Amino acid sequence: MDWLTDIPGWFADPANWRGDTGVPALFVQHLGYSAAALGLACLVGLPVGVWLGHTGRGGVLAQQVSNAGRAVPVLALLGILLLVPGFGRTWWTLVLCLTLFAIPPVLTNAYTGLREVDRGAVDAARGMGMSGGEVLRRVELPLATPLIMNGVRQSAVQVVATVSIAALFAFGGLGRIITRATGSAGIDLTAALAGTLLIAAFALVVEYGLAAVGRRADPVARARRSAERRSSTPRPPRSGQGREASVTTS
Amino acid sequence: MLTSGAVAVGVDAVHAATIPENCLVRNDWVCPLYVETRSSVLLEALGQHLYLVLVSLAVGAALAVPLAVLAHRVRRARGLTLGVTTVLYTIPSLAMFILLLPFVGLSATTVVIALALYSLTILVRNILVGLDGVDPEVRDAATGMGLSPWRTLWRVEAPLALPSAMAGLRVAAVSTVALATVGAIIGYGGLGNLITSGYQANFNAQVLTASVLCVVLAVAFDLLLLGAQRLATPWRRS
Repeated sequence: MDWLTDIPGWFADPANWRGDTGVPALFVQHLGYSAAALGLACLVGLPVGVWLGHTGRGGVLAQQVSNAGRAVPVLALLGILLLVPGFGRTWWTLVLCLTLFAIPPVLTNAYTGLREVDRGAVDAARGMGMSGGEVLRRVELPLATPLIMNGVRQSAVQVVATVSIAALFAFGGLGRIITRATGSAGIDLTAALAGTLLIAAFALVVEYGLAAVGRRADPVARARRSAERRSSTPRPPRSGQGREASVTTS
Repeated sequence: MLTSGAVAVGVDAVHAATIPENCLVRNDWVCPLYVETRSSVLLEALGQHLYLVLVSLAVGAALAVPLAVLAHRVRRARGLTLGVTTVLYTIPSLAMFILLLPFVGLSATTVVIALALYSLTILVRNILVGLDGVDPEVRDAATGMGLSPWRTLWRVEAPLALPSAMAGLRVAAVSTVALATVGAIIGYGGLGNLITSGYQANFNAQVLTASVLCVVLAVAFDLLLLGAQRLATPWRRS
């Protein structure tokens, strides 16, 4: 059980915190890859998913994208990209690969979010004379926010996990702590477990952090909270109100 | 210049004389000769991959069904189950394999346990969605007909939750086929072993063949389970 008692020692050792291979440097690399890929995936996936959901076209495409994203192993795509001449082991190769895997959750959730907006609410907005763009901006997007944020969160957690796998191909990031502890000479369990704890903690912070951001960003929940603050009298549940509204307008 | 050119031509000539010209030598991506000559290696990796996926799916499903039923019936079990599975699903696969190492050691079992935990998470949620989606009036009708809670579960709720459960099983199977490759970190990654060793050796045919086999395996699982779902729920075919 030496490996267990040695873990605090690993974290206390200043050698593990210094230089290009120290925890701070690897964490910054990990964060850089993840943020770049997530940003690019949102840039591509959100507009496409929102547009497909708004127009109601390409449902099959949105579904297939997420199926393909699940079926292709990270190891396979990255391994192939690295061997293709012109790519090689560069920052952009990994970010491109990560982005390809990060797009499906963002796109599919945005599509589903837009499609699941109450048709009654959309009809009501059109009846009030809103243009297609206005309906999208003022009705569909606010109501689809929870699912859109869900997709971004799924994507972010997946990207963080995928960056650690990239360490199998000698990329940087926190996964490096694990891969350099596992070699032909055997496994340095203490270092591998220390790296594992760092990666798991990072992923959990991203998951719960973005879940909290998603709850704050939901305009419907926010409006409900401020309404509750304004009036101390108990209100009927919102879902009932929504249904009534849609019945009267349709 | 002239001499070095002559030497280069000489070396080329020697190579041409001793090494046969084929797709392995050219390091082509698509190489039937690779599949022919390494079929035993490929089959062994494919066999390990299938073993990892099938055992972990079976273990995951065997644990997911009682957990989902418990979470459906007992309010306090629901929050706990959902919370624990969220945490499990969030832990990256590379980290999960290493976390299990001290307890299970360097073996295929480590990979199976990790993959089973991931598929369990997907399955529990989908079964729970299916059970929650059963119309309360249908449940009341079953009770009114004198069915015991267990018979209601087996005869009424289970068939109605089956489509959602099968959808979960398809997602779990496809993701497990892909995730199993990461087991290469501890030497038990099925086709993933061939991908990492092929990359290290700069062996294009091996990387591409193993990758394509992975995707084909995932699609095959998906289609097989889709067929099974159609057979198991004949009332949904119109």
